[in-house]
Amino acid sequence: MMRLPRFRYLAPRSLREATAALADLGPEALPVAGGTDLFPNMKRRQQTPPVVVGLRGVSGLRAVSGDPARGLSLGAMTRLCDVAGGRALAAGWPALARAASLVGTPPLRNMGTIGGNLCLDTRCTYWNQTHEWRRSIGYCLKRDGDVCWVAPGSSRCWAVSSSDTAPVLCALGAEVTLVSRAGERRLPVADLFADDGIRHLSRRPDEVLAAVHLPAPDPADRTVYLKLRRRGAVDFPVVGVAAKVRLGAGGAVESSRIFLGGVGSRPQEASEASDFLQGRRLDDPETVEEAARLAARVAKPLQNTDFAMGWRKGAAREYAARALRELAR
Amino acid sequence: MPGPVGKPLRRIDARGKVTGETRFADDLSLPGMLHMKLARSTVPHARILGVDLAAAWAADGVRAVLTGADFPVPFGILPVSQDEHALCTDKVRFVGDPVAAVVAVDELSAEEAARLVEVRYELLATIASPEEALSTREPRIHEYGDGGNVHKAVAFDFGDVPAALAGAEQVFEDLFFYQGNTHLALEQHATLAYVDPDGLLTIASCTQTPHYLHRAAAKVLGLPANRIRVLAPPQGGGFGGKTDPFNHEIVAAKAALLTGRPVKIALTREEVFLCHRGRHPVLMRMRTGVDREGRMLGHSVETLLDGGAYGSYGVASTFYTGALETVTYRMDRYRFRGCRTFTNKPPCGPKRGHGTPQPRFGLEIHIDKICEKLGRDPAEWRIANAIAPRSLTANWLEVGTTGLVRCLEAVVAASGWKARFRNLGPGRGLGIASSAYMCGAGLPIYFNEMPHSGVQLLLDRGGGVTAFCGSTEVGQGSDNVLALLVAEVLGLSPSDVKVVTGDTSLAPVDLGSYSSRVTLMMGNAAVEAATRARERLAEAASAHLEIPIERVGFAEGRVFDVGDPSRGVTFAEAVARAETAGGTVGTVGSYRPPAPRARFKGGGVGPSPAYSFSAAVVEVEVDPTTGVVRVEKVWVAHDIGRALNPVAVRGQVEGSVYMGLGEALMEEQAFRRLPPRLSGALVHQAPSMLDYKSPTTLDMPEVETILIEDPDPNGPFGAKEVGQGPLLPIPPAVANAVYDAVRVRVDESPVTPEKVLAALRAPSRRTGPTSFPAVTWPEALRISPPWEGGDGTAAKVKP
Amino acid sequence: MDSSLPVPEVGPRGKFRLALSVNGERREILVDPYKTLLEVLREDLGLTGTKHGCELGECGACAVLLDGDLALSCLVAAVECGDREVTTVEGLRDGPELHPLQAAFADHGAAQCGYCTPGMLVAARWVLDRKPDATREEIAEALSGQLCRCTGYQQIYEAVEAAGRVLRGEAPTAPRLPEVHGRTPDAGPGR
Repeated sequence: MMRLPRFRYLAPRSLREATAALADLGPEALPVAGGTDLFPNMKRRQQTPPVVVGLRGVSGLRAVSGDPARGLSLGAMTRLCDVAGGRALAAGWPALARAASLVGTPPLRNMGTIGGNLCLDTRCTYWNQTHEWRRSIGYCLKRDGDVCWVAPGSSRCWAVSSSDTAPVLCALGAEVTLVSRAGERRLPVADLFADDGIRHLSRRPDEVLAAVHLPAPDPADRTVYLKLRRRGAVDFPVVGVAAKVRLGAGGAVESSRIFLGGVGSRPQEASEASDFLQGRRLDDPETVEEAARLAARVAKPLQNTDFAMGWRKGAAREYAARALRELAR
Repeated sequence: MPGPVGKPLRRIDARGKVTGETRFADDLSLPGMLHMKLARSTVPHARILGVDLAAAWAADGVRAVLTGADFPVPFGILPVSQDEHALCTDKVRFVGDPVAAVVAVDELSAEEAARLVEVRYELLATIASPEEALSTREPRIHEYGDGGNVHKAVAFDFGDVPAALAGAEQVFEDLFFYQGNTHLALEQHATLAYVDPDGLLTIASCTQTPHYLHRAAAKVLGLPANRIRVLAPPQGGGFGGKTDPFNHEIVAAKAALLTGRPVKIALTREEVFLCHRGRHPVLMRMRTGVDREGRMLGHSVETLLDGGAYGSYGVASTFYTGALETVTYRMDRYRFRGCRTFTNKPPCGPKRGHGTPQPRFGLEIHIDKICEKLGRDPAEWRIANAIAPRSLTANWLEVGTTGLVRCLEAVVAASGWKARFRNLGPGRGLGIASSAYMCGAGLPIYFNEMPHSGVQLLLDRGGGVTAFCGSTEVGQGSDNVLALLVAEVLGLSPSDVKVVTGDTSLAPVDLGSYSSRVTLMMGNAAVEAATRARERLAEAASAHLEIPIERVGFAEGRVFDVGDPSRGVTFAEAVARAETAGGTVGTVGSYRPPAPRARFKGGGVGPSPAYSFSAAVVEVEVDPTTGVVRVEKVWVAHDIGRALNPVAVRGQVEGSVYMGLGEALMEEQAFRRLPPRLSGALVHQAPSMLDYKSPTTLDMPEVETILIEDPDPNGPFGAKEVGQGPLLPIPPAVANAVYDAVRVRVDESPVTPEKVLAALRAPSRRTGPTSFPAVTWPEALRISPPWEGGDGTAAKVKP
Repeated sequence: MDSSLPVPEVGPRGKFRLALSVNGERREILVDPYKTLLEVLREDLGLTGTKHGCELGECGACAVLLDGDLALSCLVAAVECGDREVTTVEGLRDGPELHPLQAAFADHGAAQCGYCTPGMLVAARWVLDRKPDATREEIAEALSGQLCRCTGYQQIYEAVEAAGRVLRGEAPTAPRLPEVHGRTPDAGPGR
């Protein structure tokens, strides 16, 4: 049987205690939310924090406030099942509810949190393996090695952003609050991520992601999230397409934000596609085709997830097209 | 019939399984139990220069550390390939090959200490594929075999196939590749070894073959077999993955002897992928010559198997990639060439179907292409060319009952085939395939002339019956079959029969749960034992009731006069009377299959007392923009002979279909080779249940099961196998359906979106292998088919 | 809610006291800090009904109800289980009679090797608790994290549906049988 390594567990009761612990312990400590990402990584010895700071008992991290008219703030420990099934969310932010409903499996959604899903470790078929397997390949750039096996000539890590909620929250223009002993800061979700498989989060190790803020939806907004994976459950996205479009009075696109997940180390914004769509109509097939082609250009899949990379590139284009067509309905 | 045969009764082991009370191997524990972890090779091919155990011995909680030096005697499932050591002695042959074992007070301590074992290796060239194995004579992965890195090469000519092809109206040639995959039983392997209070070494282990493990343990440990007991608890799935004697089983036993304490090992899921013994990847070339009516005049099969690092069942697997090719359709002449190579990967062995799903995939697609060229409906061709019952094949296999035609007719009718084939419009298609499988191998794994299965019955005065048999319950329902057959003969209900199975000290030998042998072989032994018991009771009852013995009936727990059923006694009373009259009542039954008709070297693989037949129609929808294949529905018909329990039989059929769909669409035991200039690493691509894809509830289509009953005289109450056969037609039916949907051929498994899309874009409209490497085949054994004057023996080789 | 008390902590060495409710009974045990709920159930409480197939949250074999919600015990740290309520397969029935789900699984062929069965039963209990008249689609979705390698799932759905009917007060139903062609008169025992 695979077992967790030995660790010290701290159970702070407040953000003040949690952030103090993280500040004092530095790289020795990692926070844990639902455990569905950190614990498998610990069992495979990808992460071996001497101290785990449990967020479970921290008060205030599950608070939900607001409504579809004013916007919603979700405590970061809000479970994915509650994001998927919450009435306010379904009413105001259906694409986010949809994305949350597609994460993993039902029990994983009961355990996993929105904050945890945003902070999901990047994934790679050379990385998400046991310690012994990684030793057989001489480890990799992400830990204990000096080669990226996906791109041996590269000096950076290409592990993949595999969150379903991240691209949607980027497209929605959501923000997060990060709390540390030094204070609080609020930033757009898109700025939470960096294009690097190792340092993929701008959240500092001493910060706790405390809340996710959803802007009030505009009635002219349409949103969508499509997930591609091999099976109907369990699997991470190999392509995720999140899009929000605002349609003008005549039905043409006023503005849009499109993010692709699963095809880079962070959710990739398809700005070219957005620029192209401005003023155009989504019910025009040629417009959709061209927008999808442009969107797929930000997809740079490598051979480090399920499915062949060339196929994923084409699938990204196809799914971008499908997402846009769905928005046209 | 009043008895349980044919009735949808609850299985006798169901209650324990739904309450969670059934004790699987890792549920067992004993006071003072120690935990073991194996340290495994992290390189694919190397000489072991030295093993440093000092740090491991010094670690917290460690009680013993073992290496290959503790296991000089080799073992292996087949007598001809005893090429494994419980811990590697001089070489490691794949990433994962066990090198040392650490025994500690808890599993985490054992794991931490195992990481401290230091091994110095001298790396040898990595051999990653059969092609590489064929072209690399040195270094040899093993010092035995048919030269270089060829483990085994075989060649048979049953009639002059080249002449048949030359004289044929049309000749078809195809190349196919079937990817390797693994069993993925939900229960990981576990073993608890201990010396019992009376000093008997006991190995409780996940094994489908306790008898073979017993023999291997005795050999390696140097103990007389009667000083070892092997017991197989009920298992959480086997599918062939638990039929080899394993390193961890033998090492745990030795560790128990050395420490004097019980030793438990429970493999991680990754370790199960490394144990493997799963489906060989097989490259195939098929050639068939047909006459104007499409009858197969001559059929030639060449197979190249990727065997992995050890022999396992591989020699048998090699034979199986050719042996059953002739059992489905009439084939006048047959030629088979098979070659298994060693490679530096986890060893391949038997997985559900054992070597036959691969050529079945090829043959059923090959036939689909032949039919298209000839303008024949593929269902109608199969029906027209179905093998006749009670006949011999070109390779001397004796076929008894054949429900093949009725299976085909059933799925044709149920699926609306005639109106819908080639008629569903672009993107939707139907595919059909049929197949045959054996009901138990005609020969045991090691040569002997003893029964393949034995059953002992104890009848006690309280009216209870206990049946003892060495068979193993892996989920297929063998315990239930034993109980229900005994109950049927004795007029009881299955819940009146207690079974004691899978225990080499308490039960007579049954060779194990493999080759679909248990219902037929254990079943016949059980019927024999129960019939003898019935005779004892009938004698006593006939004397007591003063009626001729022919009028004694057994039903519903009573023994009575069939002419006046109110006159009778309870079963318990009948037992008491029989004991009074003739002493304690205990009987035995045993079964040995009939001798094969084939009398040539290698002819022992293929013969069986009976063959089951299956047919399936699969309906798919294919998305031409992505190549994604969605199976809409599966109709499957299985020639079961006699359904002993229709609920259980349905479960085996649907489970086989499930596994066939997994193999057809998504399962791959594939390996990753790092750039050779940077590393010699050769590692499993997906050794987890996340990355190795098995269908979830959301991936599984509706399956409609039809059973064909045509009782076979060699089966107990006519029953044939069901645990493996229904898997076989599924992968080719899927591929054939994809062709109907979008007119592309995917001649390799799994039929993934990438391959379908590549085929849609290829001028050839096909994805699949394009060449078969040059293999130096041995001189072929020439055996004339029965209808060409043969007698089952091979022609003498000219001196 | 700030506190001037030191932050509670556990481990890495030395057992800690865990108090929780398991199948309706309060249990208090000393546990190694690195253990998961799965290991505590099986090794410290002797409740081996809950199984393991991967220990990484990928197969569902270890599913239990944690505070009424379906959860994977292999990814729940024991240190986070204090004062919580766990229901395992052993807790499905109250007394000697099988829970309708257990009876239905046994009668409808939903358990073959039985290894996925505990997790499957707990997941089925979870979906029926929340939606007693769950449709097949809803059942399939709720069970989508429970892998089975034996059944192909159909008999499992039928068992859950049959149990759902019993729980709503209807009578138990017989298992659905495959179509059988050509049953011939008793062929006798053979040989």
